[in-house]
Amino acid sequence: MSARDAILGKIRRSLGADASDPARRAAVTSRLELAPLGVIPARGQLPQAERVALFCTMAKKLLASVERVSGYDAVPETVAGYLRNNNLPAAVRMGADERLSSMPWVEQRALEISRGPSDGDDAVGVSHAGSGVAETGTLVLTSGGDNPTTINFLPDHHIVVVSAADIEGDLESALAKIRERYGKGEMPRTVNLISGPSRSGDIEQKLILGAHGPRALHIIVVDEPGVS
Amino acid sequence: MQVTSPQFKKHTRAALANPHLQQALGNVRAGFIDKRKKAVDALPEFDQLRDSARDIKNHMLDHLDLYLEAYEAKVRASGGYVHWAETAEEARAIILDICRSAGARTVTKGKSMITEEIELNDFLQKNGIRPVETDLGEYIIQLRGEHPSHIIAPAVHLTKDQVEADFRRVHDHLPPTRDLTEHESLLYEARRVLRPAYFDADVGITGANFLVAETGTSIIVTNEGNGDLTQILPKVHVVVASIEKIVPTLEDAAQIMRVLARSATGQEMSVYTTMSTGPRRPGDPDGPEDYHVVLIDNGRSAMLGTEFQDMLRCIRCGACMNHCPVYHSVGGHAYGSVYPGPMGAVLTPSLAGLAKSGHLPNASTFCGRCESVCPMRIPLPKMMRHWREREFERGLNPATQRTGLKLWAMFARRPALYRFATSVAVPLLSMFGRRTGRFRHLPLAGGWTRYRDFPAPEGRTFMQQLSERDAVTMQGAK
Amino acid sequence: MTTQAKKPPRVGLFVTCLVDLFRPSVGFAALRLLEDAGCVVEVPRTQTCCGQPAYNSGDRADSREIAINTIRAFEDYDYIVAPSGSCAGMLKKHYPGLFAGDREWEARCAAFSAKVHELVSFLTDVLQAKTVAARVETSVTYHDSCSGLRELGIQHQPRQLLGSVGGLSLIEMQEADVCCGFGGTFCVKYPEISNAIVGKKIGNIAATGAETLLAGDLGCLMNMAGKLKREGSRVEVRHVAEVLAGMTDTPPIGGRA
Repeated sequence: MSARDAILGKIRRSLGADASDPARRAAVTSRLELAPLGVIPARGQLPQAERVALFCTMAKKLLASVERVSGYDAVPETVAGYLRNNNLPAAVRMGADERLSSMPWVEQRALEISRGPSDGDDAVGVSHAGSGVAETGTLVLTSGGDNPTTINFLPDHHIVVVSAADIEGDLESALAKIRERYGKGEMPRTVNLISGPSRSGDIEQKLILGAHGPRALHIIVVDEPGVS
Repeated sequence: MQVTSPQFKKHTRAALANPHLQQALGNVRAGFIDKRKKAVDALPEFDQLRDSARDIKNHMLDHLDLYLEAYEAKVRASGGYVHWAETAEEARAIILDICRSAGARTVTKGKSMITEEIELNDFLQKNGIRPVETDLGEYIIQLRGEHPSHIIAPAVHLTKDQVEADFRRVHDHLPPTRDLTEHESLLYEARRVLRPAYFDADVGITGANFLVAETGTSIIVTNEGNGDLTQILPKVHVVVASIEKIVPTLEDAAQIMRVLARSATGQEMSVYTTMSTGPRRPGDPDGPEDYHVVLIDNGRSAMLGTEFQDMLRCIRCGACMNHCPVYHSVGGHAYGSVYPGPMGAVLTPSLAGLAKSGHLPNASTFCGRCESVCPMRIPLPKMMRHWREREFERGLNPATQRTGLKLWAMFARRPALYRFATSVAVPLLSMFGRRTGRFRHLPLAGGWTRYRDFPAPEGRTFMQQLSERDAVTMQGAK
Repeated sequence: MTTQAKKPPRVGLFVTCLVDLFRPSVGFAALRLLEDAGCVVEVPRTQTCCGQPAYNSGDRADSREIAINTIRAFEDYDYIVAPSGSCAGMLKKHYPGLFAGDREWEARCAAFSAKVHELVSFLTDVLQAKTVAARVETSVTYHDSCSGLRELGIQHQPRQLLGSVGGLSLIEMQEADVCCGFGGTFCVKYPEISNAIVGKKIGNIAATGAETLLAGDLGCLMNMAGKLKREGSRVEVRHVAEVLAGMTDTPPIGGRA
């Protein structure tokens, strides 16, 4: 007997359960199909403007820095400003995300832009988040050529752009968006929920930023006129 | 699973006499307890979420076989491999096979208690593969040749100065004059030393906080980002998880996540919650080419349907040990098991056998603080008592204890005899202790009087005094 | 305390074995508090111990026998009251589990357990007492014994009544809700650990500067008093009922006559 069958057999014996019991099967099928919501904290259930404000407050509590800009066109100069303010070289790496690509980077002449995944030699990475979660100040990023996962972790500074219109009240709403985009039961290779910059408290429970991932997380929330 | 729990008493004496350990354990209150309370107080729905989390896992456990099948099918559909291991030995062999097929010389590891349970590192090392722990705490204890003393803070038993000494000893290629006096400098040195290992590694091994049946997704929750570098840089990602990590849906995982980080570190969310589904997709510029999941039973299936089933709800947050007065006093290593504290006191006998771990469920004051903070509402003291019952049934506890107990119970079951015996003994004891009101030494009570005085009885028993006041309604046995 | 027009409640006092043997003062204080509150109190002579030593050592058979003895002695009262959160918790929360599957005793035990209360919370929560009449000139700190706190939710009740004691000031200690290290047989099975825990506890007690330490469980009190005495502390230790009843003329626990 395979280990698989042995384990499943032991589970059934311990539970006194029958694999073909239609009631058990139905309970499982229906939960997987319906994916019922549980308890959703009231905290994030706010009108859009307050929700975005809550997102910004919560992200700052997580020790991310947050800037709000009006329109995507303002993002490149905001990025350039962040690099100057932090004495960083004028170079960033990013993926093929269309929203990022269509920004007026050419206006930032001094800024060197590399495309594709990071190999660990980049000081600053730029990503576009699929959504944000106001409840906790969390960013939701999905893997792929648009926003390679390595950019989320290897550079010292991670700049993440998120549209204010994509900020959801709670985690479940953000997960529902992924389900909408990829289909029921389907997922991208990686979904990163990012809540602040990397940190460790492993030595004497003292919290230090920048353990293995980015020491700094900078979030640019884009308000798009006419989009909500 | 190797345990040294029979030496619990010896370990505890050493732990209590270890000044470094006692200093380090002093950080637990500010580091965990106060932060958890703040986070819990900030979420009015916390207790409702605990109920929700408990119900989800209960439902899952009652249908575990079916959810495992559903999960397996989804992993396969996303291009991943699923392996099943009944025992630790089988799991190690499977993982070694995967590593060998990948031609691995170095594997990086994210923090994982199940790989501690199956003693993977030693095994890989003996087979010529170098395992590199990348979580800061795990890295430190790997350098020291130790096991974790806490399930989420493996190096909680160490002080900064001890870590500095270890780094100076092991990182001998770095200038000896460098400054390592601050926590920051220690962390950054570990970061610098470990960064190349991620790129050298052929296989990355992580655990899983959740396995989602709906999507075939494994989820890990970390703060450092080491788990992510471990799984996105090497060619092969191996997820090692025990079977009870399954949750039905993404929504179910979200419910439990809300209580996990708050209970563990007092964070609302851990920094990185990473959901992984299968290997790199067409068009993906990064991520592993192969994705394996090793599902391990190692004693879990036998806990189902018993009074220990509730323990399988455990999400390894560590809140029980953070709030345990015994853990605070002796630290995690004293327990002699991978799983220390209250959750370990229940789980270890299930996994390693009661004969070897009888001390663990006994070494509790039953203060109940663990249960009061458990996000999954696991009745830990009740289950420790169940272990004591099994121990008693099998006659595993010391003969002196059993004899004493039986003698006492003989009196307690016979009111008349009890009344008579106490009315003779108590005034006598009281007379001897009258001068000071207490005893510094008392025969048969050495465990007490070694450290404490024993308060003397006031005088005659309450019942004797009451009889004299004639204020008693005589009520014989019916 | 409002006087009740109807028949006064008949209370069976479960003295607890420790109070019976070591600290009868607590039993008399409990009698006074209950009688002052308008109860008719009786003390069944066939009671012994609640059975925790057996129960927490895994000896279910003896626990059951002892539980049957207790239930028989007390089941006819309106209420069963104990000056101990730990023993009351045993009678109320743990006895029912001993009779699972035994239809007759399950029902008898359920009816019994529903009537069990710890003394101080019985005064406040059932009899609706807001104050006591006592006057005791002292500063006190109060330790929350674990079973009472976490099994029965006793935390504000003793503080509320202590607040009404004339001349008394309450100074809260750090970690008042953390175990004192007694744990029944734990303290003699693992004396070193128990000592470490009670050592921290008396540090927190001493830091308050209070003259008197109070708690609602004699086991914890004997443990803390024993440690305080061994360390040469002058803090006096008493059961909370003694102070609430204004009966503080007896020597403190572990103190000389």
